[in-house]
This record gives sequence, C-alpha cells and structure tokens, in this order.
Amino acid sequence: MSLVAAKGRRTHVASADVAATLSVRDVTVAYSNGVVALRDASFDLGPGTICGLVGVNGSGKSTLFKAIMGFVDPRHGEVRIASLPAAEALKRGYVVYVPQSEEVDWNFPVLVEDVVMMGRYGHMNFLRIPSVEDKRKVDEALERLDMSGYRHCQIGELSGGQKKRVFLARALAQEGRIILLDEPFTGVDVKTEVAIVDLLRQLRENGHLMLVSTHNLGSVPDFCDHVVLLNRVVLAAGPTARTFTQKNLERAFGGVLRHFRLEGGELHADEDRRRVTVLSDDERPVVFYGDERGDEEPLRRKNHEDES
Amino acid sequence: MMDVWDFVAVPLSYGFMQRALIASIFIGAVCSVLSCYLVLKGWALMGDAVSHAVLPGIVIAFVLGLPLAVGAFAAGLFCALMTGYLKDNSRVKEDTVMGIVFSGMFGFGLVLFTKVDTDQHLNHILFGNMLGITARDLVEIGIVSGGTLLAVLAERRDLLLYCFDPQHARAIGLPLKVIHYSLLVLLALTIVASLKAVGIILVVAMLVAPGAIAYLLTDRFERMLVIAAVVAIGSSAVGTIVSFHVDGATGPCIVLIQAFVFLLTFFFAPRRGVFALRRA
Ligand SMILES: Nc1ncnc2c1ncn2[C@@H]1O[C@H](COP(=O)(O)OP(=O)(O)OP(=O)(O)O)[C@@H](O)[C@H]1O
Ligand SMILES: [Mg+2]
Repeated sequence: MSLVAAKGRRTHVASADVAATLSVRDVTVAYSNGVVALRDASFDLGPGTICGLVGVNGSGKSTLFKAIMGFVDPRHGEVRIASLPAAEALKRGYVVYVPQSEEVDWNFPVLVEDVVMMGRYGHMNFLRIPSVEDKRKVDEALERLDMSGYRHCQIGELSGGQKKRVFLARALAQEGRIILLDEPFTGVDVKTEVAIVDLLRQLRENGHLMLVSTHNLGSVPDFCDHVVLLNRVVLAAGPTARTFTQKNLERAFGGVLRHFRLEGGELHADEDRRRVTVLSDDERPVVFYGDERGDEEPLRRKNHEDES
Repeated sequence: MMDVWDFVAVPLSYGFMQRALIASIFIGAVCSVLSCYLVLKGWALMGDAVSHAVLPGIVIAFVLGLPLAVGAFAAGLFCALMTGYLKDNSRVKEDTVMGIVFSGMFGFGLVLFTKVDTDQHLNHILFGNMLGITARDLVEIGIVSGGTLLAVLAERRDLLLYCFDPQHARAIGLPLKVIHYSLLVLLALTIVASLKAVGIILVVAMLVAPGAIAYLLTDRFERMLVIAAVVAIGSSAVGTIVSFHVDGATGPCIVLIQAFVFLLTFFFAPRRGVFALRRA
C-alpha cells in the first residue's frame, strides 16, 4: 500500500460530516450450496437512524450484513453507502461492523487495549503508529463500555459479555458513520444492554446510522425508530410505528413466536373488547394492547425514546 | 572462566566460524519474527511445504545459470500459490493439498537432482552447510534477511491484524489479498536466506520453534517478537559454536538447542508452563 493512498484515506475519514445513508437495492444472495438466503432485498435508511433488523433464525439477517460488507457477493443488486459503492465507503472507513460472533482465536497474544486500538488503524498511516488522539479515543471507548479496568487483560481471559463489549468498544473507537451490529445484545446482561442502547441513542443524536439485528422484540420499539422485517425477503421496512405491527410480526415469525393472548373475561369485568397480545421470540416479549385489528402500535416501556 | 572464553574464542579465530556466526545471527533474527506469525496463523506446515518445494527450483536455476536463490524463491512461491489454487477449487482441505503439492515438488526435485550434474552436494541442500558459507553468501544472506526483517517489522501491525481478525482487516479496507501474498513472499524469502545455513529439511524448526517458545512466555505480541528474536539468535549462535566443538553439523545443532529450549519452556514457563498450570 502506498503512502499516498494511506494519507488520502486519512483525510476522508476526518470528514465526519458525510451524510450517513444506506441504500440496499434488489440484493439477492445465494450461498454456494444453493440456499437463497436473501431475495430482492431493498430498503433505504438516512442519517440519525437506529433501525432494527428483525426476523427468525435463518431469515437472512447476518447474510444481509455480510452482503453490505461485501463478505458475500450478491448474485445481483447493489448496496450504496453514503452515496458511494459499498467497497469505496469501506475503504474510507465509513462503516463499522460488529459480527454476530467474533471468529477470532481467543488465545491470541493481544490485550484488550490492543484490540480496541485495531479500530483506529484506518485513521493511522501505513506504519500504524498510534497518535495521542488515537490513544485518547481508545481510552474513551473503553471507558464508555466500562472496560477500562480490563485493558491489560489478554482477550481470552474475559467472559462472553465482556468480550462482546471489547468489540463494541473497538467499533466505537473506529468512529464510522454507519454502524452495523449483528445481535449485540445476545449474551450481555440487561445493564450492559441498557448501556449499549444509551450509546446508540447518543450516536443517533450525532447523525450516525445504525442497523441493529436483534431477537429482543420487546426492546425494538424502545430504541429503534425504523424497522426492517426480514424472512428471506424484506417483508416490511419503515418507521417503527407503521412497520412494527402485530400483523407484520405475525407474518415475519409465522408460527415461531410464543403467543399469549389475554382477552375478555381474563382481562376485564366489563364489555371492553380490547385484549393483550404478547409476542415473544426471545427473553423480552413485545406487547400489543387493543382490539382485533392487529395493526395497532406496540407498547413501549416508559421514559426511553422521550429523552431525545 | 578461561574455559568459557576459550569455548567461544577458539572457534572464532577461524574465518569460516566468524562468517557462520554472523550468518546465524541474521538468520535467527529473520526467522524469529516470521515464526511468530506462522505460529499464530497456524502456518507451520506452510513453512515446511514452501521449504521442501524449493528443491526443484534450485536445480532448474542451476541448469539455467540463474542465481540459485532466485530459483528457490520462485519454486517456494509456486508451491504456496498452487496450494491456494487447489484448495479454492476443490473440497480438499488446505493441509492435505499442501502435503501433496510439496512432497510432489520435493520428489520432482530429487529426481531432477540425480539427472542433472550440479556442483552442489545434496546433503548441503538438505541439511545446510553453515561452515561453508563464503563472504559472498554472507552478503546475500545479509541483504535478503535484512530486507525481509525490515519489511515484516514495518508492517507488523497489519500482519498481526490479518492473522488475528481478517474480517476486521477487510472491514477497514485493508487489501487482504495483498497482505496474504506479502506474507507468503516474506516467508519464501526467509527460507531462501536460511537454506545455506540449516537446509531444506530443518528450516521449519527455525520457522516455528522461536515463535512457539515466545508464545508460551507472553501475552503481548510486541514482547513475543522480542523473546522470539532473543531465543532464535541465541540458539543459533550457541548452536554454531557447539557444533564446532562436537564436530557435528551446524544446522542440526541449532535445531536441537531450540527444541531443548522449547521443552524447558513447555515445562517451566512462569504462567503457561505445565508446572505453573498444575500449581494454579
Ligand atoms: N456460509 C453459508 N453457507 C451456506 N448457507 C448459509 C451460510 N450462512 C448462512 N447460510 C444459510 O442462509 C440462511 C440465512 O442465514 P443467516 O445467518 O443470514 O440467518 P440469520 O437471520 O442471521 O439467523 P440467526 O437469527 O440465527 O442469526 C440460513 O438458511 C443459513 O442456513
Ligand atoms: Mg445471524
């Protein structure tokens, strides 16, 4: 890699005011064994967005992330990031990706702080010598994820949730405008989940674009302003209030969801026709309250969203 | 005290021993840094394969009147590329493919060698001839190993990221293919530089043992590089001098010492050694 190219990238990265947009157009991905994991997926997202990506196991969520990152070649279709072809946006360091599970050798002789520093490589010249700024960003990222106390641990010495936090810290230190998180909440406790969600909200304030896959349906209305429902195809995409409806969820999850319905006499003594529907894919259920139409908004837990 | 002095000084009063010692230091240094990456990436067999595969290259270079190092380098790289190609285009695993390619090339080299009248001794190619290193060889070794060493050290962080987390390397736009092939080229160059000293068969020990020893001793990569370098240079120097006294072949002496150090570390390393793990 030439010095010139490396320097060029530096200036690109510094331009934090690039509009964070993501446009997925007719993306179809087939794996070599013939499985078509994604068919004609299309949606658009703009800056200042947290978009939830929801679907059953095997619905193509991870595949979508990989297609955006260029790790799998779509059979056809196009991904554009910040109005650029995806590969170009990646080169400029606009995109941060935290995979569902890190496929790394946990015995590797690297410390927590080394891993987080790897997030800064795109900001350094080709010798990758960290500047004062780089070190400060690493400190900040570790602090934000409450991992400062572990910075000198070898990465294999951490618990599963701590490992996850290290890689989120790396993502944060990377300072990309478009952030792709594949199931960041699996294996972390509720406290960490809340911390991560707070972080995402702050990033949204600053105009970042986040695409977050999750099985915690109950959290989705709490922090996602947009939702993409996936099951090999994009079933629905748009603002949460319009998209994350009982009808759409039932389409996305078919018979997979645990489904509780309380109505009539179980709920009221009077003639109220409304009922409570609890849909759960994982720990946190999503709760609908209303009559039979099935297109009402999900309930949100209080005092989140309203802060922004 | 006098004995220790003599132990080192007597051999070094000979020119060929001086050259051998300098060569061993160069080779120890370059092999040690490479070994850290090979150990972490799980490329020990790749080291073995590329080194065996250079044999036909040496013979062909001799026939064509090219420098032997050029032929060796080309053949080593050919083996690595061929392995990659065959792996990508079949369901057979990489180590299997590698086994077939390198033994095939080694066999081809042996057949060629018996058919072509070269001025080389097969034994020297296979096991090295440290004591026969000429001033010209030394210059060649110095240039190749020095250049390789500088390149690896300059790019050590990218190479590490490539070994540790290729997905992230790709996500931040690093040219993964370029790094992959650079590492192979550097490996082939290292092997070429080491051939004269330790030979085709034993070079893999130099390419694995120092990294493995250092890996048992530290959790930080930069320290791993330093420890591996100390181990490799130290054992190369000691091995060279010991070989003078026992009148044995130099390459095997170096390799033997490294194996011994590895065993010591395996048992007694402060945190990762067998005894330390027992106590914990
Ligand atoms: N490397 C692969 N080779 C072949 N098929 C694959 C591969 N990876 C995924 N698939 C298939 O593609 C489909 C989508 O997988 P994907 O990993 O995208 O699902 P997901 O929505 O992320 O599921 P989960 O909720 O379990 O993470 C699945 O049917 C899976 O079997
Ligand atoms: Mg997945």
